[in-house]
Amino acid sequence: MTPSASVAASVTRPTHVQLFITCLLDHLYPDIAEACVTVLERAGVRVEVPPGQTCCGQPAFNGGFLAEARQMARHFLDVFAETTGPIVTPSGSCASMVGHHYPGLFAGEPAQQARAEAVARRIREFGQFLVDDLGQRHIGGRPGRYTYHPSCHLSRELGVRGCAETLLAGIPGAELRPLPEAEACCGFGGLFAIKLPSVSAAMMQRKLENIAASGAEICVVCDASCMTHLNGGLVRQGRAPIVRHLAEILAEVEP
Amino acid sequence: MNGFERRATVALHDVGLQQALRRTMDNFVNGRLRAIAALPHGEALRDHARVIRANTLARLDEHLLTFERCAQANGSRVYWVRDAAEACHLVITIAQERGVRRIVKSKSMLSEEIELNKALEAAGLQVLETDLGEYIVQLGRDHPSHIVAPIVHKRLEDVAALFHEHLGTPPTADIPTLTAAARATLRQSFLQADMGITGANFAVAETGSIVLVTNEGNGRFVTTTPRIHVALVGIERVVPTLAEVGTLLQLLAASATGQPLSTYTTFITGPRRHPQEDGPEEVHIILVDNGRTRALAGELAEILYCIRCGACLNVCPVYRNVGGHAYGAVYPGPIGIVVNPALHGLGPWHELPQASSLCGACTEACPVRIDIPRLLLRLRAASVEQGYAAGWLRWGLRLYAWAAVHPRLFRLGGRLLAWGQRLLPGRKNGWNVWLPGPLTGWTTTRGFPPLAGESFSARWQRRRGRKP
Repeated sequence: MTPSASVAASVTRPTHVQLFITCLLDHLYPDIAEACVTVLERAGVRVEVPPGQTCCGQPAFNGGFLAEARQMARHFLDVFAETTGPIVTPSGSCASMVGHHYPGLFAGEPAQQARAEAVARRIREFGQFLVDDLGQRHIGGRPGRYTYHPSCHLSRELGVRGCAETLLAGIPGAELRPLPEAEACCGFGGLFAIKLPSVSAAMMQRKLENIAASGAEICVVCDASCMTHLNGGLVRQGRAPIVRHLAEILAEVEP
Repeated sequence: MNGFERRATVALHDVGLQQALRRTMDNFVNGRLRAIAALPHGEALRDHARVIRANTLARLDEHLLTFERCAQANGSRVYWVRDAAEACHLVITIAQERGVRRIVKSKSMLSEEIELNKALEAAGLQVLETDLGEYIVQLGRDHPSHIVAPIVHKRLEDVAALFHEHLGTPPTADIPTLTAAARATLRQSFLQADMGITGANFAVAETGSIVLVTNEGNGRFVTTTPRIHVALVGIERVVPTLAEVGTLLQLLAASATGQPLSTYTTFITGPRRHPQEDGPEEVHIILVDNGRTRALAGELAEILYCIRCGACLNVCPVYRNVGGHAYGAVYPGPIGIVVNPALHGLGPWHELPQASSLCGACTEACPVRIDIPRLLLRLRAASVEQGYAAGWLRWGLRLYAWAAVHPRLFRLGGRLLAWGQRLLPGRKNGWNVWLPGPLTGWTTTRGFPPLAGESFSARWQRRRGRKP
């Protein structure tokens, strides 16, 4: 945590958050979404889930479909702009879409751009929020032998590094193992995985080999997209899906 | 399956290529990390270099004119050419007017870009590449697969086999034997050549000098023994002052090969002058546009900051898996998938901007911090605008976006798909292992998790009353 963030956390600790659950978690992993709520409430913040939220528009944006991306971004702004408090999302890449790309998407539309900039300032990735804004270190969680895959947009675009590791290391009885070539992309890349499946799968295979080499039982991620990709590969190869979202790990507490 | 995907798939199954890539790529990456860390204020130096490039390109016209004036004052002849055809024609004319028969070359990506060798040979001129890697490329009638290490796609055993065939060395020769054989051939050619052709890593405006960076010394040979030196200079290579070149040279050597400085850094400031005993009688500097003004005027101008170090290739997970030939372009890797369309338009290169997962490793490694993912996003948007996107994708995303702004429909769509997935064949522990249409690309190597019958947001709404 940066010193300024630490000061900010002690001065104005958020009392409530707006949860942007993302389209992926909403429709594929509602249990992980619940886990996010559990952890956030345990950290002492009230969770609000603004109704009508859908998708941030990243799939269209990354594919070059700017009109569609703008359409979805405008919807996101309609849902979140009038709410208060930090907007927390359990996805590095969705947080990056909103925080890093939204303002530029509305160049030439001053009113929308102002709304986009305000929302961009409020967006926080789940682990980043817990550590940087709430100052959490020991939020609890399920003990185990973990490794951590830092997703590309979280670490490179948002520059958020070390938060998930801090939280995992703070779990009593948890061991965090280094992941070889940790910052290499898992090969998902949105439409990339469908347009260039062979290259995407080669990148995935390398990541799976590195996860195996880490000696961990579970590989933790902060993006359901990487998780879907890597577990999809494991399942297709007849192996157990051992990639899990940070929220699940933190939510489970030993009885 | 498109061209890139087809070539990439072949590359992924090429055992020799995969071995070659695995043996070398990590060394490049680790070398760069060590060298940048060893530079005093390395990160600040990168920021400074970026500013140098941005400022230079903002006044490129002025700096080029200064360069021309100073180079002419040194006795060099300066030419301006629009495109590849003009450049090749000019080199051939210079050679023919001066009775040149034998040409030696040092490594130049610009000469690859304009396909100079092909043109020279067609004009009946003998041309020999003298950079060891490029020499091997030429022997095998191959193409470079990396902008700094042209034969990174070859293993030692591949080179030994090639030399055995062409130079008669033993089929299992070691590296010293192979380099000695190449050296014997190359030495002779240096002494016999009438013309030396080089590129230019930089062109210094205030002194009118050409800067060449090599590690084998062939660049010096090429520019001193033959009586004529022709330097091909991309117009974006110009740097205003010697002090600024110093900064860029440090970063180039560190980023390209992990060195504090390349073994040979050569400044060429005009032809031989009385009473000098060495050097060419004539120096011809050809300033080549070939799409650069077009790039400078557009929204991809930042790509011209590139100093051609190759660091983005070395860290790119796509390049590391498929090598350079899969790109089917002179410039491969992250720089290539932007610069080829930036120079010549999306037409021939519309597939390239898709060859990235937008992971951003390139930008992190780039000595001048070019935001390649952002440029790729611009290219992808241009690609959609120009109608290159597949129909299924265009309509699929249009439908998806429409549903996404109608939350009830979005939720209903989720429920319908959750119901529909039960009809898909071959499900495994609830996971979908076959998806229809273009989505098969996903399921050939990956399962897709089951959609939830009730979404989280629906669940939340149902229980909201009970929440504190």
